[in-house]
Amino acid sequence: MAAVGAAARSSRRGFGSRLRKLWSPIAETQGLARVMLVAGAVITFFFVVLALFGRWIAPYGFSQYQAGGHRFPQLAPPSGAHLMGTTVESDDVLSRIVWGAQTELKVVVLALVFSLMLGVPLGLLSGYFGGVWDRGLVLVMDAFFAFPPLLLAIVIAFLLGSTVSSSVVTAAIAITVVYVPQYFRVVRNHVISLREETYVEAARALGARPFRIIHKYVFFNVVQNVPVIATLNAADAILLLAALGFLGYGVQPTEAAEWGYDVQRALSDATTGIWWTGLFPGLAIVILVTGITLLGEGLNETINPVLRKRRVVKVVFPGKGTGRVE
Amino acid sequence: MSNSGTSLKTYALTRLALVVPMVLILLTLVFLLMRVAPGDPISAALGGHVPASVINQIRHQVGFDKPLYVQYGDYLWDIVRGNFGTTITDRRPVSSIIVENGGATLELTIAAGLVAITIGVVVGLLAGRYRDTWVDVGGRMFGIVAYAMPVFFLGFLAQLFFGVYLGWLPVSGQASPITQAFLPVHTHILFIDAIWARNWAALWDITRHLILPAMTLGIVIGGIFIRLVRVNVIRSLKDDYVEAARARGIGERSVVYHHAFRNALVPVVTVVGLQMALLLGGAILTEETFNWPGIGQTLVKYLENRDYVGVQGIIVVFALIVVFFSLVIDFVNAFIDPRIRY
Repeated sequence: MAAVGAAARSSRRGFGSRLRKLWSPIAETQGLARVMLVAGAVITFFFVVLALFGRWIAPYGFSQYQAGGHRFPQLAPPSGAHLMGTTVESDDVLSRIVWGAQTELKVVVLALVFSLMLGVPLGLLSGYFGGVWDRGLVLVMDAFFAFPPLLLAIVIAFLLGSTVSSSVVTAAIAITVVYVPQYFRVVRNHVISLREETYVEAARALGARPFRIIHKYVFFNVVQNVPVIATLNAADAILLLAALGFLGYGVQPTEAAEWGYDVQRALSDATTGIWWTGLFPGLAIVILVTGITLLGEGLNETINPVLRKRRVVKVVFPGKGTGRVE
Repeated sequence: MSNSGTSLKTYALTRLALVVPMVLILLTLVFLLMRVAPGDPISAALGGHVPASVINQIRHQVGFDKPLYVQYGDYLWDIVRGNFGTTITDRRPVSSIIVENGGATLELTIAAGLVAITIGVVVGLLAGRYRDTWVDVGGRMFGIVAYAMPVFFLGFLAQLFFGVYLGWLPVSGQASPITQAFLPVHTHILFIDAIWARNWAALWDITRHLILPAMTLGIVIGGIFIRLVRVNVIRSLKDDYVEAARARGIGERSVVYHHAFRNALVPVVTVVGLQMALLLGGAILTEETFNWPGIGQTLVKYLENRDYVGVQGIIVVFALIVVFFSLVIDFVNAFIDPRIRY
């Protein structure tokens, strides 16, 4: 009976226990790590909601300059009608913030998916098989890595600008090119150290094929690192997107609202003391990036055993001590 | 002693030799990126108003009518000779752009670098030393917010507050027009030129222009340094030699200042060097924000005009700067740390 029960349990030990295992370090966090994790998650969640339901939250469209036949005032300070004021084009600043959240999310998710799809498999194969291809790829990736990220992204956006019709996709590709080498590096180096592990060697000795080894033994060990890097990179990617927008090579103003572009437009307002056109989009960038960074740092302190601080439960052996667990 | 001397020399020579393939790959990368781009660069740069004969003539001058491999060879050979091309739109040699606008960029990046190192080291050391106290939390929060702050937004805030609201500092350009007109040019670094001419009024004017851009860029980069310094301090405070120093009865003050801090700062040298790429990227944005006449702003201008030669030349120079700095940093590290050898 017991054996049957155990077998049944082990067969059910799929998703639920794996999820619990993933969750347990998060539940064990304490102190600053927990504060960072929760604060980061709340902020990020807030912006995700803005992005997903922006259509219903935003009072106006992202480049709407009139409603009901009345043109909005130009550069009007924040008031009841326009909570964050209006821009020189009579756009409602609040609406641009809300629509901007959608743009940031779209580009960053696209860029993350692209760079994971490229970086992780390349790193796995390159690290596992080694050889000439590995050497070549490492050289090329290092060259990309050596470039100042912003410069690389600008050049890619500049070159693709005239061919790719959607500037959202252009921006996502530009950001992807910057991050692929990072994922490649991390995954490849990890795979190289794993390749020599006993259990991988055992699998190889049993006659498992390379793809099966990568799939069954290497992949899940490697991807554990990816969420932290991906979160921290997402924060970075938003800054990069904003910088591209600021320089005029990001998302085009006709296509969507983008915060970096808005700050650039606001620079000329600053000289006349108009603060609301730049302050709000800038703050949106800062808050979102801070939120995602906190989330990533919190995750890092939770998952990374070097930084992790757990509640230590002192084990007192029965009979010798008082038996109290502190 | 002599043994370690030879191995340092070996290391330096090997490292130097490795620069060649690195530079070659970077240059090839730039070439491929600029050439695989669809469309005709020359007509893109000159717009639709120029007759075909002129376009063909310029295409011939730039060498875009030759086969690709010949162009590649010419491109490499030109770079070896220090010729980075002549821009299509305003026929300016890229090398003179580097000399004339590079001074402004150098002035900005050096000043910003000093600000960043000061902030990063001081706050980072304190945060690491007083780990988990309010100093640490404050320092880390400052680090995170400074990291999350786009340079151009901090610049916007600084312009608004110090430039417009308080009216203390100028928010645009490298110097007043009158200073620029009368200051004799020696180095293109106005700060040094003013000292050279012993023109103290000009020096004051230039410093006032420098404060906001340098602080803006410095604070943002400094936020990154804080994290690194802090982590290093925490790590070295946990190290055995610190424990050993404590066990020998050395006062806590001395342990922290002489043993932990010093060792914590060694890896920072590397990291500061690695941030060179970040500093250059930040400089582009800062120059654009404060209308600073450096290489970054020039690059943006050529990007807008779709001037392929100008863009390519400036990017090549940036790439070479990054490689050069990584080389210098590796040398410095090898010099400090005898374990770094091939």
